[in-house]
Amino acid sequence: MTSSASSVQAAPEKPAYSGAPAIPGRGLVATYMGITAIVLALLMVFGLIMRASQAGYITVPPNRFYQLLTAHGIGMVAISGLGGAGVMWYFLSRYVTLSRGILIANLVCFLLGVVLVLGAIFVGGFAAAWTFLFPLPARSLGVWGTGATTSYLIGVLLVGVGFLLLYLDTGRAILRTYGSLGSALGWPQAFGKSTAAPPPPAVVASTVVTIINIPAIAVGAVILTMSLVNALAPGFRVNALLAKNLIYFFGHVFINSTIYMSVIGVYEILPAFTGRPWKSSKPFLLAWTATMLMVVAVFPHHLFMDYANPTWAHVLGQVLSYTSSLPVLAVTAAATLANVYRSGIKWNLTTSLLFTSIMGWSVGVVPAVMDGTIAINRVMHNTLWVPGHFHIYLLLGVVAMLFGFMYFLGLSTGASDSALDRGAFWLYVAGGIGFAVSFLAAGAVSVPRRWAVHDASWMTYDRLGSAFALMVVLGAIAFVVAFIRRARAIGA
Amino acid sequence: MEQRIAILVSAIVGTLVIAVFAIVARSAHTTGSPDDIAAAATRWRRTTFWGLVVLFIPAIAFSLTRTPYGHDLRTPGTVVQATGHQWVWELTPSAVRAGELIEIRVTGADVNHGFAVYDTNDRLVTQTQAMPGFTNVIRWVFTPPGTYRVRCLEYCGLAHHTMVAELTVTAAQ
Repeated sequence: MTSSASSVQAAPEKPAYSGAPAIPGRGLVATYMGITAIVLALLMVFGLIMRASQAGYITVPPNRFYQLLTAHGIGMVAISGLGGAGVMWYFLSRYVTLSRGILIANLVCFLLGVVLVLGAIFVGGFAAAWTFLFPLPARSLGVWGTGATTSYLIGVLLVGVGFLLLYLDTGRAILRTYGSLGSALGWPQAFGKSTAAPPPPAVVASTVVTIINIPAIAVGAVILTMSLVNALAPGFRVNALLAKNLIYFFGHVFINSTIYMSVIGVYEILPAFTGRPWKSSKPFLLAWTATMLMVVAVFPHHLFMDYANPTWAHVLGQVLSYTSSLPVLAVTAAATLANVYRSGIKWNLTTSLLFTSIMGWSVGVVPAVMDGTIAINRVMHNTLWVPGHFHIYLLLGVVAMLFGFMYFLGLSTGASDSALDRGAFWLYVAGGIGFAVSFLAAGAVSVPRRWAVHDASWMTYDRLGSAFALMVVLGAIAFVVAFIRRARAIGA
Repeated sequence: MEQRIAILVSAIVGTLVIAVFAIVARSAHTTGSPDDIAAAATRWRRTTFWGLVVLFIPAIAFSLTRTPYGHDLRTPGTVVQATGHQWVWELTPSAVRAGELIEIRVTGADVNHGFAVYDTNDRLVTQTQAMPGFTNVIRWVFTPPGTYRVRCLEYCGLAHHTMVAELTVTAAQ
């Protein structure tokens, strides 16, 4: 899609952005994205190391492997949140007045939390995976100690506190401007007869994220605190099934929110290059309200193999797994295709990555729906099929959105795409597809996920996966270097 | 069977979606009437939406008849007690007969484990979570005879990947 003749100028019909507008806080957002870029690259290297170890190319001891697994998992969830928050804050601040102090406070909490989490993992040896399923954090059989568990749980709590502050501020700002959350979701236009202009897509999506993430983080804080008390006072026990429900509610909502925050960049940026505004149409408003309701109720699909969970929850999880794909495929994907089709858009790294991200999101829905089918989940759950589908969402969805936004910010410096940038794009996309397919194929032949050591018969998939992961890492490093070189000028 | 369905559907629909995006990307060097395109997109969206609804209803309905939560009232021929410990499986007994209804009562003694049964071709055929404080019940008829493996599919700590046990299935009498 990238072309040597690509221009960085916005389409003349709608000159909303001839580069990233110098809003107050743009430098701070650039700092968010710079940290996001570096951490993404580092965590991708962790992923490459794990796949290379499973392939037998290098030897990583199991304790170190599971530490990397824990850091990769919790790190990717958190950094996708940080990058998504940067995108959301940047565009939402065009419509409502947000607090820069809160944005800084979130970053401070994030960095302090990361120090505690990294210390817990790489100094204390903590390796209970990002899911920290009760009671594993406090039962390592001597592999890590209470200090490491405490450090990890408090670190994640701190990160959550920062995000909670941020969403309380977005909620405050949205309410001040739009009067009610319903108005900010466009309900008067979607369900009533209001002829007033609906809120812009960035506001609708931000409102949904605000509404769903505040309870998600609160629930996450509850189970983190319960796990912490258990670690310090083992006599305090938690129902293991309740703990799983709390963890997956928090985890599912938060990771999905990273997509919802990042997709705001697509809504805001693509139209500037196609000259076709992204309207808050009635289907768009209805789709976001439906998404909001479904994403908070679909999490039981993570617990299909916990037969003790109520059967109604299993059924609800499957039905909503299917229906929650409808807004993505029938509204966001359709609107993106319509926005770009025969638009005369000039492809550059910004537009290419953003367009690709919607493709990745749409494709990722398919294996996710398969896994959201109880009968299929029985033979796919916790195999490599699972990271297969979510790496499509993340690598080719969220992370592509984040890199696309970074290139967009870079436009304000007058920088244009180099041949290296364009090569990196194709390397990243081809590597991302191959990497995800290697996971899916391995899952289809029942290779377990989260195993430090693989049987010889599984290693073909691991070797292919390693090669594709290397492509992804190289492409991502080129994106990161390009952004970091421009970051200082962006903040100026 | 389920694995084949998953991979086939994902490959076909995934390729189709990528192809549509590629075609639209290639169209971008030309220009068309935004109003005409918006109208066509509305039709396309409606068709996609209702097409998926029509596909989903029977798919959901049929697949929900094949869940592992059914209440089989038959009396099992053998009951196996399976307990996950960090990092070993305790199976009592560890041998069952082919063709017989087997009930496997699965629990975790310490942390969460995943009780996954791999057949003689090393394919996952059924699983449930082994949870502390809960017993999840699998009912299964093993065919053919041979050595089946039980692997842990829920991460449980340092030696998680070594949690492999064997379940011997002998020929039916």
